[in-house]
Amino acid sequence: MTSTGIVGYGAYVPPYRIKAEEIARVWGEEPERIIKGLGVKEKSVPGLDEDAATLAVEASRNAIGVAGIEPSKIKAVYVGSESHPYAVKPTATMVAEAIGSTPEVMAADLEFACKAGTAGIQIGMGLVASNMAEYVLAVGSDTSQGRPGDALEYTAAAGAAAFIVGRQKEQMVAKLEQTCSFTTDTPDFWRRQHAEFPTHGGRFTGEPAYFRHVMGATQMLFEKTGMKASDFDYFVFHQPNGKFPLEVAKKMEIDVEKVKPGLMTPIIGNTYSGASPIGLCAVLDIAKPGQNICLTSFGSGAGSDSFWLTTTDLLPQNRTRAAHNLAWYVERKKYLDYGLYAKHRRKLKSL
Amino acid sequence: MAENIAITWRRIPERYRLAGSQCMTCHAKFFPPRKLCPTCRRKGKIESCAFSGKGKIFSLSEVHSAPAGLELEIPYVLAIVQLAEGPKLTTQLVDCREKDVKVGAAVEVVFRRIRSDDPEGLLHYGYKFRLVK
Repeated sequence: MTSTGIVGYGAYVPPYRIKAEEIARVWGEEPERIIKGLGVKEKSVPGLDEDAATLAVEASRNAIGVAGIEPSKIKAVYVGSESHPYAVKPTATMVAEAIGSTPEVMAADLEFACKAGTAGIQIGMGLVASNMAEYVLAVGSDTSQGRPGDALEYTAAAGAAAFIVGRQKEQMVAKLEQTCSFTTDTPDFWRRQHAEFPTHGGRFTGEPAYFRHVMGATQMLFEKTGMKASDFDYFVFHQPNGKFPLEVAKKMEIDVEKVKPGLMTPIIGNTYSGASPIGLCAVLDIAKPGQNICLTSFGSGAGSDSFWLTTTDLLPQNRTRAAHNLAWYVERKKYLDYGLYAKHRRKLKSL
Repeated sequence: MAENIAITWRRIPERYRLAGSQCMTCHAKFFPPRKLCPTCRRKGKIESCAFSGKGKIFSLSEVHSAPAGLELEIPYVLAIVQLAEGPKLTTQLVDCREKDVKVGAAVEVVFRRIRSDDPEGLLHYGYKFRLVK
C-alpha cells in the first residue's frame, strides 16, 4: 500500500464547562462517588450558537493551518458525528464550503457512534493511497446528548478534532503505518430516529462492548504489525469516562503513563466522535519525532479502529502553525450552573 | 421569520469564509463584496479576494433586547470590527460580555450558527468574532 500520513491536525473544545459536582447536586447524587466512579471532574458544553458543524469547522481550520496547504487541494471531506445538526442535509458540505474546498470535493457525513471520526481517517487513507485524492479531511465532531439525570449526563460533552491525510512524505507530521478494525453487531448503546436522548445497556456497555472491541482491535494491530505494547510511546484509547482507558492498559499490560497524556475525558468529558481523535491531538502536541503512537477508537454498535502512527521530524515545527492548539482551548473555561447548562443544551421543553 | 433561501445561499461565501472583493486598479478591498469600485468606476477591475479573519474592535454595544430568534443569547455583544485589510463589518462577539471588550482589542473570526428557522426550517451559519487573548 502507498504510504499515507497525517499532514495536518487540529482540535476544538468550547469554553463552557459544568462540574460533575453541580450535576450531582441537582440529582441528589454524592459528587465524590460520581467523580471517583467515572473519573470525570467536569465536561465541556457547547455555546448557544455552536453545533457539530461549527465545532468541525474550527478544528478543520486549525488542521489546515498545521498542514499549510491550499484548502482547494482537499479533495474529500468526511465528518463523523452522532449529533449532525440536520437529519437530512450534510454537515460535510458546510465544512467543505467554510474551509474553501468546494466545489471539486467528495463529501459525506459518517455515523458510527463515537468512532465515525476514525472511520473517516481510514477512508482518507484509502483514497489517498489509491491516488483518488491528494488530501482528505476527516473530522470527528460531537455535541453529545445525555438524558437529564442519567449517568451519561456527567460525561456527554462537546468537542472536535480534524485530520488531513496526505501522501507526500515531506509534508507528514505523522506516518500512518497501519490500521485495522474489529467490528461486530453489539447492541450496547443507540438512539432511535427522532429520539432526543440515547439509550444504553448500563453495565453491558463495558465488557462485551468497549473492552472486547478496543482490546480486540489493539491486539489485532499488534499481530498485523509485529509491534508489542513496549514498542509504543503513547496509547490513545476511546475514553467514554476517565477509567476505561486505564483499565484497558492494565488488562493489556501497558504502562498507564503512556495512556495518561492522551486522556482528556477527565477534564473535558466524553466528546464522542471527537474523543479519541482529541486524545491523539493531545499526544501530537507533545510528542517528539520518531515516536510510536497507538490510537484505538470505539463506537457503540460496535466497533474499534486501531492505528499505528509514527511521528516525523516535521511535527515540532508544523504543529506551531495552528491558530490555537488543544491546550489553549482546554485552559479557557467559563463555568455554568445547571440552570444555564439546561438552557445551553435546550433541555427545557419550552426552548 | 425565515430568511429567503436564495438570499442565504447567495451569501454563503461571504458568511462562511469572509469572501470579499478588491479593485485591482486602486487596490481597495470591499466587504461585503462590491461589483463596482466606487472610486475607479469604469476604470476599476474587480476581483474576488478572501479576508484573513483578523481584525480589531472599532465600536461595540451590548444587546439586552434581542430581535426575534436571538432571545436566548442575551446579553450579547454586537461590534463593528475593522478587518486587518481595512473594511469594517458589524458582527456578534462570542464568549464575552461588554466589560471584557475594549475598543482596539484584537479579534479573530469564528464560524457559528447565526439564526435558526424553527422548528423545521433552515439553520443559517456565518461569521462571528472572538477576542484574541
